[in-house]
Amino acid sequence: MPLDLVTNVLIAGVLTGLVYGLMALGLSVIFGVVRVVNFAHGEMMTIAMYAAVLLFAQWQLDPFLAILPVAAVFFVLGYLLQVWMINPFITRPEYSQFMLLVAVAIIMVNALLMVFGPSARNVQVEYQLESFALGPILFDKARVYSGAAAVAVSALLFAFFKFSRSGKAIRACADNYLGAKVVGLDVKHLYGLTFGLGSACVAVAGCLMVLLVDVTPLLGPGYTLLAFVIVIVGGLGSMGGALLGGVLIGVSEAMAGLFITPSAKSMVSFALLILVLLFRPQGLLGRRT
Amino acid sequence: MALLEISSLSKSFRGLRAVANASLEVPEHGIVALIGPNGAGKTTIFNIAAGVYAPDGGEIRFAGRRIDGLRPDQICAAGIGRTFQIVKPFAGLSVLDNVIVGALQRCRTVSDARALAARVLDQLGLGGKRDLPASSLTLPDRKRLEVARALATRPQLLLLDEVMAGLRPTECDQMVEVFRELNSRDGLTILLIEHVMRAVMALARQIVVLHHGEIIARGAPAEVVRNSAVLECYLGEDAEV
Amino acid sequence: MNRRAQTLLALLALALLVLPAFASNYVMSVATLILFFAFTGQAWNVMMGFAGQLSLGHSLYVGVGAYTAAGLFFHYGLGPWAGLWLAILLCVLLGAAIGFLAFRFGISGVYFALLTIAFAEFTRIGFDHIDWLGGPGGLFIKVAQRDQIDLLNFRGPPAMYYYAMLALAAGALALCAWLLRSRAGYYWQAIREDEEAAQALGINTFRWKMLAVILSAAMTAVSGVFFAFYYNNLFPEQIFHISRSIEIILGPIIGGIGTLFGPILGAAVLTLLADGITELMSAFGIEIPGVKQVFYGIVLLVVIMFLPNGIWPTLARRLGIARQR
Repeated sequence: MPLDLVTNVLIAGVLTGLVYGLMALGLSVIFGVVRVVNFAHGEMMTIAMYAAVLLFAQWQLDPFLAILPVAAVFFVLGYLLQVWMINPFITRPEYSQFMLLVAVAIIMVNALLMVFGPSARNVQVEYQLESFALGPILFDKARVYSGAAAVAVSALLFAFFKFSRSGKAIRACADNYLGAKVVGLDVKHLYGLTFGLGSACVAVAGCLMVLLVDVTPLLGPGYTLLAFVIVIVGGLGSMGGALLGGVLIGVSEAMAGLFITPSAKSMVSFALLILVLLFRPQGLLGRRT
Repeated sequence: MALLEISSLSKSFRGLRAVANASLEVPEHGIVALIGPNGAGKTTIFNIAAGVYAPDGGEIRFAGRRIDGLRPDQICAAGIGRTFQIVKPFAGLSVLDNVIVGALQRCRTVSDARALAARVLDQLGLGGKRDLPASSLTLPDRKRLEVARALATRPQLLLLDEVMAGLRPTECDQMVEVFRELNSRDGLTILLIEHVMRAVMALARQIVVLHHGEIIARGAPAEVVRNSAVLECYLGEDAEV
Repeated sequence: MNRRAQTLLALLALALLVLPAFASNYVMSVATLILFFAFTGQAWNVMMGFAGQLSLGHSLYVGVGAYTAAGLFFHYGLGPWAGLWLAILLCVLLGAAIGFLAFRFGISGVYFALLTIAFAEFTRIGFDHIDWLGGPGGLFIKVAQRDQIDLLNFRGPPAMYYYAMLALAAGALALCAWLLRSRAGYYWQAIREDEEAAQALGINTFRWKMLAVILSAAMTAVSGVFFAFYYNNLFPEQIFHISRSIEIILGPIIGGIGTLFGPILGAAVLTLLADGITELMSAFGIEIPGVKQVFYGIVLLVVIMFLPNGIWPTLARRLGIARQR
């Protein structure tokens, strides 16, 4: 196999992986703070993808510009979803939370199916067909931009948690729920904020992803699983871990597609997941509890 | 002969020494109290004896047999029952079913276990509440349930972790009476961790004082209370004798 | 069980026994489907409802069970009675492997659930590459004469499948009722409620959790074999899919997790609901894909939000047959 082909696929894997990582980051942030596993994560991702497709079809809005409105709307919806629906389930058993979000996911997938039908949609912009060349190595422009945007948004989120007042308060909630309540933090609001931020991450990831793949309503469950695999591999609740996991999965998928067969690519991810669960259940960058 | 022999026990958590070179013996049919300020390492010693952790050093013998490093269920099978400081009722089950789970350890059939469980519940004054869900019990009753469940496994040695905390003085005295009777009538050996000195003084024939993971005093209750080292580190603070 | 409950159960049993004499083929197919989900839900309930181990990958056992029996029939003409044992054996081994890995490495809760999904998904994609079993194109077994009963090869009219499923569902109910009153039932529930306390009471939690997983896997294997011979076609994409696992566990959760009748009630409610919605849609001439599932999702959401313990505990109280225990 020619080396430059492998390199090209590897680079594409890394860049796609960064977008995966951003999607998983949303899941990881939500789990890390609210301790609820968002089983509707991939479905939210597909909704964001459709939003980007619609904005493009209607007003020729570039998906990169669609990020702002879509993320804003997702933030609000995520906040409301948490405060109204999920919050009463915080103290319920895990399976109950799981069922709630499965119900939400079922509604999301099928609502998309109702509105858009089963056929694939996409956006077509000029730079999707262009690439930067560095000798024999090609970088797809769309992938480069998407990967860069994913890193930028992740950095923003990281800075928010590190430096802002609300970010610090949210981290306090995650570390010590009772303590946060005792010192008078509005935990419900902070959880809502977290879910909103997680949703905004997915929204951005969705807008970026439409540049790379076609979207159908049925992509949702697959993305949910993908996001799980990534955060478990990287470490549930670890922000750096989500990005690392995303890149790892992106690369392993690309390599499996190249060396084994494209249809087996997610098998490699699941094998990786099983190994990580068994030998390093806290994930690659997760903390031991 | 000592029923439980703990010799030179050590345990650290992430470099923090919880128990250092602690030795103590509980004679058969005896009642020994392990006291000391919070964080002294009492519960760690209990958890090692109950099989939750393996010790870093030292050994524990029960009726002459080494038990350190065994799993909790094996230790229970060997004849040591325990309660948890933070009570752990099976919330979804009835009070009786909670105790049946313990009783099954020694009974071959569920109906035998049910009979044994009912007897133990009566003994602890919970007979009238046997059909209630465990989640509906008040804290004192949960403590009793915790004891009943451990007793139903028919232990030779009972490890009690702060079962008196949160009880009113009269309730505490009732509980003390139950343990005294179990000790004198059935020959039950007891090792208890306790902050409520009222119960310690009434029950224990020997007191072992733990401070920063080390044993600083031991002896009959009257002696220990007069021991200046103990007074300084512990009784001076918040004890009610 | 009180007098009233016994009477109601006897009436239900009688109604189910004579149903084929009156019902159309359509009603029979719905009833068979309900019983199928009741049985499979009961199997899952052993693991989650009784022992508290959340599996989100039960489609794995349905699929492996179905493919084992169908593969043997397809290639060697072996009837399901031989295939059944191999299917059970394989699923028990799989369940034991997953359980062993998870419990030895201390994986529980969400992580355990994700591990079960991972195994099911891994297997799904794996079966896409097994050409011997048809790969992604599916495995089809011959549909025989439907008017003659051929018990040996398990081919026959709808009533035969109905009675087979009825026997399985009734058997599972009896088994679970017995289990709940036995040592296993007490130990499992103790582990579900508080594993540490259970262990302190002398329960070898590893062994009993393994038993729950193995038993659940074996029962689910049986429903897989039934599935293969009832539907006659298998696709990895469908049978191993996570939505299938969710379908299996919805019944017990809606009906009442950990209860004996919850899985049965849940299966009936969900199947009838799904069918009712389909009927309603076609009556109004609506043919948009997804409408049915959206309604389904909404109903599910409502039940989960307002009846957190499922329908059965509430219903049992209303009927005056709530368990005394």
